[in-house]
Amino acid sequence: MLQDFMRRLRWRLVAHIDLPLLLIVLAIMATGLATVYSATYDTNNRLLAQSMNMLIGLGTMWTVAQLPPQKLMRFGLPLYVVGVILLLLVFAFGIRVKGATRWLSLGFTRIQPSELLKIAAPLMLAWYFHQHEALLKFRHYVIACLLLLLPFALIAKQPDLGTAILVGAAGFYVIFFAGLPWQVIVGLATAGGVAAPFVWTMLHDYQRKRILTLIDPTSDPLGAGYHIIQSTIAMGSGGSFGKGWLDGTQTHLEFIPERHTDFIFAVFSEEQGLLGNAFLVCLYFLLIGRGLMIAANASTLFARLMAGSITLSLFTYVFVNMGMVSGILPVVGVPLPFVSYGGTALVTLSIGIGILMSIQTHRMLVRK
Amino acid sequence: MYARLSPLNAHDRELSRFRFRIAFAAVIVVLAFLVLLARFFDLQVLRHEYYSTRAEDNRISLVPIIPNRGIIVDRNGTVMARNYSAFTLEITPAKVDDLEAMIEGLGKVVDIQPKDRKRFRKLLEESKTFESLPIRTRLTEEEVARFAANRYRFPGVEVKARLFRQYPLGAVASHALGYISRINKRDMEMIEENEQETNYKGTDHIGKTGIEQKYEFALHGETGYEQVEIDAGGRAIRRLSRSAPVQGKDLTLTLDTKLQDIAEKVFGDRRGALVAIEPSTGGILALVSNPTFDPNLFVDGIRSDDWDLLNNSPEKPLLNRALNGAYPPGSTFKPFMALAALETGKRTPGQAISDPGFFNFGGHQFRDDKKGGHGSVDMYKSIVHSCDTYYYMLANDMGIDAIARFMGQLGFGQKTGVDIEGESEGVLPSPEWKMRRFKRPEQQKWFAGETISIGIGQGYNAYTPIQLAQAMATVANNGVMFRPHLVKYITDSRTGEKTMIEPEPLRLLHWKQQNIDVIKRAMIGVNTSGTAAKAFAGAGYVSGGKTGTAQVFSLKGGDYKATRLKKELRDHALFVAFAPADKPTIALAVLVENGGFGAQSAAPIARMVFDYYLLGKLPKGVAQEDDTEDD
Repeated sequence: MLQDFMRRLRWRLVAHIDLPLLLIVLAIMATGLATVYSATYDTNNRLLAQSMNMLIGLGTMWTVAQLPPQKLMRFGLPLYVVGVILLLLVFAFGIRVKGATRWLSLGFTRIQPSELLKIAAPLMLAWYFHQHEALLKFRHYVIACLLLLLPFALIAKQPDLGTAILVGAAGFYVIFFAGLPWQVIVGLATAGGVAAPFVWTMLHDYQRKRILTLIDPTSDPLGAGYHIIQSTIAMGSGGSFGKGWLDGTQTHLEFIPERHTDFIFAVFSEEQGLLGNAFLVCLYFLLIGRGLMIAANASTLFARLMAGSITLSLFTYVFVNMGMVSGILPVVGVPLPFVSYGGTALVTLSIGIGILMSIQTHRMLVRK
Repeated sequence: MYARLSPLNAHDRELSRFRFRIAFAAVIVVLAFLVLLARFFDLQVLRHEYYSTRAEDNRISLVPIIPNRGIIVDRNGTVMARNYSAFTLEITPAKVDDLEAMIEGLGKVVDIQPKDRKRFRKLLEESKTFESLPIRTRLTEEEVARFAANRYRFPGVEVKARLFRQYPLGAVASHALGYISRINKRDMEMIEENEQETNYKGTDHIGKTGIEQKYEFALHGETGYEQVEIDAGGRAIRRLSRSAPVQGKDLTLTLDTKLQDIAEKVFGDRRGALVAIEPSTGGILALVSNPTFDPNLFVDGIRSDDWDLLNNSPEKPLLNRALNGAYPPGSTFKPFMALAALETGKRTPGQAISDPGFFNFGGHQFRDDKKGGHGSVDMYKSIVHSCDTYYYMLANDMGIDAIARFMGQLGFGQKTGVDIEGESEGVLPSPEWKMRRFKRPEQQKWFAGETISIGIGQGYNAYTPIQLAQAMATVANNGVMFRPHLVKYITDSRTGEKTMIEPEPLRLLHWKQQNIDVIKRAMIGVNTSGTAAKAFAGAGYVSGGKTGTAQVFSLKGGDYKATRLKKELRDHALFVAFAPADKPTIALAVLVENGGFGAQSAAPIARMVFDYYLLGKLPKGVAQEDDTEDD
C-alpha cells in the first residue's frame, strides 16, 4: 500500500520531466553558478542569491511542465491582453529609470511588463494559428504580424531594444513555423534592407552610437566603446585554455562592466578560454537540438509552434549575447540563458523549458 | 487549393512543411554557432598575443578625482563645515598576502591603535577588493616621513593626501547641520535612483542627516576623471588625459551660530527643543534639539562604543526633537485659538465669560488651573492669565471642524517643508483624522466632549516645535506665512553666482489687522503682567509671549505635585514668543521636556535668547566666546 503510494508519488514527480532537457539545463546552470561566483565574489557575492533564483527557476519549470499544452493554450489570449494593457500603462504612467520607461509601480514593488510578453506573445500567436488550423489564409499571417507589432512597438518605444528583439523574434518564429510563405520572408528581408536608412534616423542616439562603436570601438574608448573593447580584451587574452577560474585579470581588476549580468560571458571566456567556450556552445547546441526534436515530434499545431518558437528564442538569446560580448553584434541588453545573474530572466527561461517539457511528456502520455 | 485535399493530407502536408522549416532552422543555428566559434578562434587564438599584451601590460583605467565638498557657513560667515587635507595610510587588501602581519609591521613604523584595527576590519567587510582602505587617518609629518623611509617593506600600502570633513563648532547646531559618513548600501540605492553612479565613483562619504543630507548633490560637486595607463599590478604608469572635477557648492545658512550656541548653553542638561525664526523670511535663526552630539564622530566611521553611547542613551541625543518630537502645545495654543475665535466671529475681544473654575460638559467636569476660577474673563485676560474655562467654552462653541480648518491653515499637523529630511507631521485632531487613525468603528467616531480639551492644547493635539514656531512667526508677521528654512543661499564656487532660497510667502492668511493686534497686545500682556512677567522683568525691549504646560500623563483626579513625581512624568514646559513687539525680528517656540511649568523653565530660555539677539547681552554663566574655542 505504502510502496504503491510511494511509487505513484515518484511517478507524479518525474512524469513530466524531460530528462535530457533537465540534464543539459542543470549543466549550464552549474557553469553559470561557477561564473557568477567568479564575477562577484570579491565585491558583492551573488552566489547564494543566484542559487535561490535557480531553485525558483527549477520549481517554476516543474510546475509549468505539469500543465498539459491544451491548458497552456488557454493562457494565450488573456496573458497577451493583460501584457499589452500593462505595456500601455507603462507608456502612460511608467517610472523613468536611466532614461528608459520600462517599469510600472505597484506601490510595494515594481514590475517590468515587457518580460511577460516574451512568453505571452508567442503563446498568443500559437493559439491564434491553432484556432485557424488547416484554414490558414494569407490574412491570418497579416493579422498575426499586427498582433506582434503592437507589443513590439510599445517595448521598442520604452526604449528597450534588447527585449523588443526577443519578443519580436519569439513571435516571428511562431509565424515562420506556421508557414509564412518564403516569398514574404524574402520580401520582408529586402524591404528591411531598403528601409534600414530610415530606421537609422528613428533610432535613439545611444542606439546609433552603439552600432557605430561596433564598427570602430576605438572611436569612443571611454563611452560606448568601453564595453566592447574590454570584453574583447578579456576574451582574446583568455586564449585557448583560459586564465583559470577566479584568475581572470580583466574580470578581477574590474575592467569588465556588468560582468555578472549581460557581460558574464566575457568573464567565462577569459577564465576558460576557447575550450570552455566550445564546451558551453556545445551545451547550448544540445539544448537547442533537443528543443527542435521536441518541436518536430509534437502532436498538435499549437505544440509545434510553441516548441519551435521557444527553442529558437533560446538560440536568439545565446547568439545575441555571445555576439555582443565578442564584438560582432551591437550592445543590447540580452542575458546569457541560465548563466547571467538575475531572477526575472531565469524564471522566464524556465517557463520556456517547462513548456517544452510539457509538450514532450504529455505527447507521450497521450500516445500511451 | 487546400479545399481539394482531404484534411488528413493537409495535415501531413502541413507537418512535412513544418519539419522542413525545423531542419532549416537547425541549419541556421549550426551556421550561427560556427560564426561565433570562428570569432572566438579569431580573438582567442589568432589574435591572442595582441590581446594578452593589451591585458597584461597596459590597461586604460579611469581614475576618478573626487571634488571638494562645498563648505557650510552661517549667516555671519562663521564656518560650520569645512574640509581639511590630511595624510592617510591606506592599504589595498588585494595586493597584500598576509594582512595581519602587514598591519603588525606597520604598527612598528606608525602608531596603530586597536580602534584603528577595529575600524579597518569593519571597512574591509564592506569594501570592494581593489579599493584602498585607510588604516590610519591624520598622520603626522613625522609619521609620513618615517613611512616613506620604510616604504619598500610594505607593497600595497600608500600614504595618500585626502580631504576630511570637519565641523569646527563641534556639537553646536549638529541637528541642523547633520553629518557625513561612509556610503552604505541604502545610500548606494539612492545614488542609483538619482542616476548619480558615475558622479559618485570614488566618493566614499555622503550626507546622512540634516543639511549635509538634504543638499547632498549640491555640496558634492562633479567628479573629475583622469585617464591613466596602469600595469598588471594596477599601478599608474602615465596620465593620458584629465577632466577637472567641479567643486561642490557652498551653502550659507540662515542660522546664527552665536545665537544657536547660547540657546544650547542655556538649555544645559535639560532635554528639549527651540526653534527661532525670522518672521519676515522664514529663515531659521536657531534650531536647538538638546542634548546634541558631535558630528565629527561620524566622519571617519563612528567607533562602536561612541555609537552605543549615543544610540542607547535614554536622553536620545540623536533624536531631532525640533522636527520629530510631537508634543501637545498646552496653553501656547490659546493665542491661536483666540485668533480663530475672532476671525470666525465666535467671540469679540470685549465679550466676557464668568469663570467658576470649571466647565461642565456631558456629565464631565473640565477643571481650570485656578481653584474657584478667574471671575469675569475677556479675551485679553484669558491669554494673560491663561484661563482654561474660556477656551473650553470657546472650543465647544467653535466645534472641531472650524478649529481644525483654522489650525490647518496655520500649518499645524503638516510638515512645514523645512530643508531637513524626515520631519514629522504631528497630529491636527479632526473627525477625519480620527477616522484614518483608528481601525475599529467604535473608536473612529468623534465625540463632542473630545473637542473641549483641544481648546487648551491638550487632547489629541500633538505638534512639532517647528510647527509651533512657524505658527508664532506667522502671527508675528501679520498672517504672511513662510516656509521655515535653513539655507539662505547657495554659492557656485566656480562662478561665484549666488542662488537665493527665495523667501516667497508660502501662504497669505487674510486676517483682519485689528484681530491680530488684539492677540499681540494680549501676548505683550503675558510678558509684562501675566504668566511670563517674572521671566521678562526689566527687559530692554517689548516682547509678546505665551506660556504653556503640557501634560505628559493624566492625573486622574489628583492634584499635580511636581516635586513628588518622577522627572520623566513631569509636564513639558512650553513657551512661544516674538520680539520686538512692534516689528518682530525673531519669533520662537521653546520646549523643555519634563520641565514643569512653562513660565518657570521655558520662558527664561526665550528671555536669554532675545536678550542676546536684540541687545547682544550674554546670559549670566555663559562666558564670552573666545575665538580659540571655535577650532
